[in-house]
Amino acid sequence: MTLLDVENLWVKFPSRHGAFDAVRGVSFTLGRERLGIVGESGSGKSMTGRAILRLIRPPGIVEADQISLEGRDLMKLSERDMREVRGQQISMVMQDPKFSLNPVMTIGDQIIEAYRLHNSTSKSKAYAKSIEMLEAVSIRGPERVMRAYPHEMSGGMGQRIMIAMMLIPNPQILIADEPTSALDVSVQRQVLSIMDKLVTDRGMGLIFISHDLNLVADFCDRVLIMYAGRIVEVCDADKLHEATHPYTRGLLNSLPRLDAPIDRLEVLKRDPAWSQTPSVSGRI
Amino acid sequence: MSDTQSLRAWLLTETPTSRRHAKLSAIYHAWLSFRTNTMAMLGLAILVLLVIIAIAAPILAPADPFAQELSNRLQPPGAENHILGTDSLGRDLLSRLIYGSRITLYIVGLVALIAPITGLLVGTVSGYAGGWADLILMRITDIFLAFPRLVLALAFVAALGAGIENAVLAISLTAWPPYARIARAETLTIRSSDYISAIRLQGAGPLRIITKHIWPLCISSLIVRVTLDMAGIILAAAGLGFLGLGAQPPSPEWGAMISEGRRFILDHWWVATVPGLAIFTVSLAFNLLGDGLRDVLDPKDGET
Amino acid sequence: MTMLSVENLNVWFGEGCDRVDAVIGATFAVEPGDSFGLVGESGSGKSTILRAVLGLVPDWSGKITVADKVLGKTREKSFYKTVQMVFQDPYASLHPRHSVDQVLGETLYLHGFRDIDTRVVKLLDDVGLGGKFRFRYPHQLSGGQRQRVAIARALAAEPEILLLDEPTSALDVSVQAEILNLLADLRTEHGLTYVMVSHDLSVVGHMCDRLAVMKDGEIVEVMNVDALRQSKAKHPYSQDLLRASV
Repeated sequence: MTLLDVENLWVKFPSRHGAFDAVRGVSFTLGRERLGIVGESGSGKSMTGRAILRLIRPPGIVEADQISLEGRDLMKLSERDMREVRGQQISMVMQDPKFSLNPVMTIGDQIIEAYRLHNSTSKSKAYAKSIEMLEAVSIRGPERVMRAYPHEMSGGMGQRIMIAMMLIPNPQILIADEPTSALDVSVQRQVLSIMDKLVTDRGMGLIFISHDLNLVADFCDRVLIMYAGRIVEVCDADKLHEATHPYTRGLLNSLPRLDAPIDRLEVLKRDPAWSQTPSVSGRI
Repeated sequence: MSDTQSLRAWLLTETPTSRRHAKLSAIYHAWLSFRTNTMAMLGLAILVLLVIIAIAAPILAPADPFAQELSNRLQPPGAENHILGTDSLGRDLLSRLIYGSRITLYIVGLVALIAPITGLLVGTVSGYAGGWADLILMRITDIFLAFPRLVLALAFVAALGAGIENAVLAISLTAWPPYARIARAETLTIRSSDYISAIRLQGAGPLRIITKHIWPLCISSLIVRVTLDMAGIILAAAGLGFLGLGAQPPSPEWGAMISEGRRFILDHWWVATVPGLAIFTVSLAFNLLGDGLRDVLDPKDGET
Repeated sequence: MTMLSVENLNVWFGEGCDRVDAVIGATFAVEPGDSFGLVGESGSGKSTILRAVLGLVPDWSGKITVADKVLGKTREKSFYKTVQMVFQDPYASLHPRHSVDQVLGETLYLHGFRDIDTRVVKLLDDVGLGGKFRFRYPHQLSGGQRQRVAIARALAAEPEILLLDEPTSALDVSVQAEILNLLADLRTEHGLTYVMVSHDLSVVGHMCDRLAVMKDGEIVEVMNVDALRQSKAKHPYSQDLLRASV
């Protein structure tokens, strides 16, 4: 069943040199699946995530035929209604917990605040729920963590805390914007498996935004590859290595590989035609 | 038409062909950015007007600012020959205002040169050297910061006699510490960046690093700070003039004019108000300019 | 002659109970013309070793030898003609107010060259940037272009060893390939020795002949790239790292 339906999304930034289109006509649907959006810097992938949550402020302009969450068009909602959607129905985890957690509040205070924003309960009930959530993300000693400050946490823990915080209101969709890019390789796997488990257990939809093609192929069910604001290819994750679009192939081939040593890496030759062909639709 | 168009294209090019070209292009971009800020342009316009008035004072002033006409004293604005009226000695207020702009610019110019430059020197050396030098320089800065401006001015006047130069000296001596603090803070941040490490790895010594690498980055915040401080400096000079510690009569310094007009403020309000409005306008102009400059020069670098 | 030899290097920050040991007992050697990798996660001390070699850390002990000369507390000018560094973040390693021409020109001047114009043009050519980039400022360059300028700056001194601190981790994948190819080409053309720090095993596997794996400040294993490719790591941490990277 379709949780999210995005149709013909455009994100424009007017500037002195003319309008800059960060996202140009992107369409896709999201069910109870893990959808990966892959692209390099400037491809518009992060902007797409933010546009769904209407986090793009003027002078940025967001236009779409529809962005529907279970049939309800988010583009038509007032800011007040949108605030209820954010966090409660769609949540976002960002790249660096150092920058997304408030450094002057304890972690406990932040999680409780996040919870009570969407549920009117007593502080003690919120506290109990927070502890439960921290345990669900495999944090040992949750009481100690509740009393600690963000800077005392390592990257991996911080990110797990972010996930806990973002999932506490039980949203239907989680948007993860480069959630593991700032983490060490060994910690990445751990965080990803936690996210995987939670998403599957709760039947959520996940949009996983990353620049790491192989990571996304491993982790997601379906992949959208973006270039210059457009989707250039859509494919199933397990078929990624059979991708046909020259950009995707170029990206795959330009990565150094331990198991396939090569003298010179293949350099991606950018074809201007790629940014001119209309966006491939990711809608099912 | 096509000449200006090609000049504009030359300035906006993505591939400059020489150092001068690159610099001019950077300045032009900054100007385009600045131009979009209406309030800042207003501030700039007022200040340009001020400079023109000061330069062209002999041409613009309808009368001699020192010419007394006791039969014509305290005429209201709109009186014949005296658009803004006359003061207690019958001198034309408009002419005194126009000539007074020269004094204002003189004071502002001197302080704007002395204070930030001293602050820059002290702050960057202190920040880069660290250790004892930093400690000593910063404590000296603290001592000067602790002096109230007027008290220092009084002390100078008592020691050296009243006059504009001494007023300027007094204001500069109390104005430089904040610039030193700003410069030091910026230096501390810049010092640990990769591009400074990189130039150290080429064998550059502290002098080159401070002058060629750190100063260019500090200067923008100092410029912004100076324009925002201008209002305060003008008012300080006016205050000193008001107390009789700055420009001496019959000099048409605006603060001194307000002081003279104080006695007549109830029945002849224009004598004090007219120079007061002038001070207000110029201070406001500097503030608006400073705001606009900050938006353009603000080192949230990435885009200059 | 060994190009770079590090023996029992210890680097620490702070004193007494605040002391943090960033590098503990590191020992390795790099022969001329070799490409040596330092791999580890963040906090493993790999970048700190490079900084110690360059003289950018105040407290260290042990023996560092470059081109058969033992290094003391400070570095002489001749050292900087032998060893140069390319930093990780291309957005932070160029002075925001200096044009490319100024960066390269100043570097050449400081190293005593006087035919600056010709050399600047040649350097830009060597790194694949044409003359049209010469007078641009960093904010007018992309990440890959900035890194090329940083490489040109490092080459200006005509060094024998290049220390590379994660030179491509801040760049897009497609740009990474270009820069890695450029670095490989330059190494062959100029007969350089590389010491490359990275957290990415596949990049190290592509660029290096030998590598050291670091964990918490210590070198746990030194191995050949072939062993890496055949997953024949001996130390359990190296095996973990390999498994996580594939």
